[in-house]
Amino acid sequence: MASETIALTAAHDVPQPIGTILHDWVTTVDHKKLGILYILYALVFLVIGGIEATIMRIQLIVPHNHFVSPQVFNRMFTMHGTTMIFFVAMPILFGFGNYLIPLMIGARDMAFPRLNAWSFWLTAFGGLLLYFSFIGGNGLYGAGTAPDVGWFAYAPLTATAFSIGHSTDFWTLGLLVSGFGSIGTAINILATIVCLRCPGMTLGKMPLLVWLNLVMAAMVLLAISPLTAAQMMLSLDRFLGAHFFDTLAGGSAVMWMHFFWIFGHPEVYVLVIPAFAFASEIIPVFSRKPIFGYPVMVAATICIGFVGFSVWAHHMFTVGMNSYANSFFTITTMAIGVPTGIKIFNWIGTMWGGKIIFKTPMLFCIAFLFQFLIAGLTGIMLSAAPFDWQLGNSYFVVAHFHYVIVGGILFTLFGAFYYWFPKMSGRMYNETLGKLHFWLFFIGFHLTFDFMHIPGLLGMPRRIYTYEPGRGWDIWNLICTIGVFFQIAGTIVFVGNLLWSYFKGKAAGNDPWDAWTLEWSTSSPPVDYNFAEIPVVNSRRPLWDIKHPEDPDWKYE
Amino acid sequence: MVREIHQNSPEPHRKRGLPWALSTMAGCLLAALPVFGNAEDPSQMPNMFKPQSSPAHAIFHLSLFVLAICAVIFVIVFSLLTYSVIKFRRRANDDGREPPPIYGSNQIELAWTVIPVLIVLVLFLATARVIHGIQQAKPPAEAIEVVAIGHQFWWEFRYPALGVVTANELHVPVSDTSHPTPTFITLLSADTDHSFWVPRLAGKTDLIPNRENHMWIDPHQPGIFIGQCAQYCGTQHAKMLLRVYADSPDQFQKWVQEQSKPAQVSESAKEGRRVFETTACINCHAVSGTVADGRFGPDLTHLMSRDTIASGAATNTSENLRLWIHNPEAIKPGSLMPAMNLNQRYLDAVTAYLETLR
Repeated sequence: MASETIALTAAHDVPQPIGTILHDWVTTVDHKKLGILYILYALVFLVIGGIEATIMRIQLIVPHNHFVSPQVFNRMFTMHGTTMIFFVAMPILFGFGNYLIPLMIGARDMAFPRLNAWSFWLTAFGGLLLYFSFIGGNGLYGAGTAPDVGWFAYAPLTATAFSIGHSTDFWTLGLLVSGFGSIGTAINILATIVCLRCPGMTLGKMPLLVWLNLVMAAMVLLAISPLTAAQMMLSLDRFLGAHFFDTLAGGSAVMWMHFFWIFGHPEVYVLVIPAFAFASEIIPVFSRKPIFGYPVMVAATICIGFVGFSVWAHHMFTVGMNSYANSFFTITTMAIGVPTGIKIFNWIGTMWGGKIIFKTPMLFCIAFLFQFLIAGLTGIMLSAAPFDWQLGNSYFVVAHFHYVIVGGILFTLFGAFYYWFPKMSGRMYNETLGKLHFWLFFIGFHLTFDFMHIPGLLGMPRRIYTYEPGRGWDIWNLICTIGVFFQIAGTIVFVGNLLWSYFKGKAAGNDPWDAWTLEWSTSSPPVDYNFAEIPVVNSRRPLWDIKHPEDPDWKYE
Repeated sequence: MVREIHQNSPEPHRKRGLPWALSTMAGCLLAALPVFGNAEDPSQMPNMFKPQSSPAHAIFHLSLFVLAICAVIFVIVFSLLTYSVIKFRRRANDDGREPPPIYGSNQIELAWTVIPVLIVLVLFLATARVIHGIQQAKPPAEAIEVVAIGHQFWWEFRYPALGVVTANELHVPVSDTSHPTPTFITLLSADTDHSFWVPRLAGKTDLIPNRENHMWIDPHQPGIFIGQCAQYCGTQHAKMLLRVYADSPDQFQKWVQEQSKPAQVSESAKEGRRVFETTACINCHAVSGTVADGRFGPDLTHLMSRDTIASGAATNTSENLRLWIHNPEAIKPGSLMPAMNLNQRYLDAVTAYLETLR
């Protein structure tokens, strides 16, 4: 086991000139540094996307508000959605994957370190390209603009007749470029997991996080391709006069929907499976029990991976598909609730009979379980096509997918931040501030997104910059907006905690949580080469085996 | 409220027990939601839990069933979660020993796989029945036929069999169960995607260019039903509002007769008519029986028979009409109607002319 490191680390303590440090970060091919770059990059965009959301919520605080113009509001929701999905959620999850996967499988780096750096910088430049549209969207004159076609950019709004200037082109090219980055990372993660596992780590002994990232990477590879193809066709339409989606010339608006959603729905699982992965690592450690039903968890994930590709048209129940197509996508969508439910039950099984420790990472994961339960149930409601004819494209849907993305993914992400921060920085975060962050964000989340379901049930469609008074929507919108300020306060505490702890936090030690996976066997932060010696494992919990030689896991698994 | 649900339910006694009780409770709660809001007139609210037409009713009953099942699942899993979080917390007097590891149980896994599969099956069958019931309904001989065409950012309604063209305010007859006169709507789009959504009458269906979609409604009671475009269609998606007037059969007949007449030309508005017909107005607007035959904007032949202008963005008053012609941005920024830059005299004249179009 590599529980001690060679004394080479001392060299890093010598202060270096800022130029050298920057050069180091820009040219790095180290999976840990790239992981941190991904995470920091995504955090910047999280703040930007959050500001865009705040602008929208302020505009909707009362009916007929004049805080922003309809044009600005439409750009805000387009940029908010695009940013949060492509430049926050995906990079941040790739960042954690990058950082953790080699450490957890006892490898010294990813399989293709240079590809890794290339993928990160492509993603980074994709984001910059998208945001350049604020300056260059109308060409380089005037005040600039940004895409206003919605994050799923339905045709024919993206056709040159309806979207003049270049804002849509920046959107298309930004996603195209970052999509190449995502494909590179997906290939890298697959190759790393398949080829670089340490001796003894058979597929059945991989930590669940690694298994789930394997499924995620396979899904990215399959799901990004149709999006890339669609973006290229759209660019052909816009630049070379092709007519794939240009309805004025006989193109098909519905074809874009199919292309987009056969990417778009698997994308939800691409985001949520890594969130499941965090929960599957954090809940066992803070319950002091191994994960319940490991093989079933793996099987359920693979099942989600496959079924996830056959549900896309539930986003299209209202486009007039025939009753058989609607029935098909109803049953597949309902069916995907089964493996997801199994996961929730297995997490309960993990906590059952344990000794739960309520540290900040666990608080976020417990909240995740409750919130994901509700998100799943509203998902079942939306899967019933006729119910969706009422709920689809209303604020109910907005509430539903924010329950998944914020209540599910962001909560486990916050948990992951607090859980692995000691490993990444070598310092412990402040527990009191962590809990304050949790409660502020928890209250804010529920104020905003619980009450957001109701205007949807009362007929309020999404993507409207203002609404008529007297429809019973006012009070709920007011509450939603109030919740946002709690979330902002929570996020400020979070960032403050990370910054303060990075400079002033107590030394964390190698294994502050008394955890069981390989990343905790090396130093905090890990040295460049990760492990002085490549570890050898016999079970899913190698550190348990070392700490409890009288009762090792490999005897029972 | 309970009484209303029972009255509207075609089979009120079949689903009983816990799901029924829960669904009734949920239904009451949801229907009563607006009470907590500061709403003026509950009948004007587009609340899907107060259906007034067969498709909306079918969806309402399905939704109660789905909500009931979800509520049962929620109560069970929520209790399990809460119980395990409280019961298995580490106590202050903990002995520091690790709890016994449990790796899994095939019986339990099988149970929580098979039971959800069965629930899904039941849910699916109930849902498929409603999907086919709504989508495969055939129009009876007395059905009213309407073509709805979505425009940025207004609705065009054409009644091909009745020779009527109107905008934004759809008039349909109330449909009696003994003598059903449902309205079957063909949905088309002139530009981008739109979606026709009047929650109390039916679920939404999109209007997509190069595609023909269909839906139907059969309002059971006279009244005004509010809705709006539910698919983002451009800058003014928010003010692409929609009203459906369910008229009694007599009222509807009268309305059709009036709408079928050509425009009434009054002597008093001669100057306004001249200005209207010699400026760009007629490029987009039609007034039947005159030279104005544009198709890009709403037909104005019977403008004054409508309660609202600008697709519901403003009430149809003299001041609003004048403001709309003078500066559409003031009412609906981003609307495709240009400001006509008329001088005060022409502005008054055109407003006066439009006010004669009854």
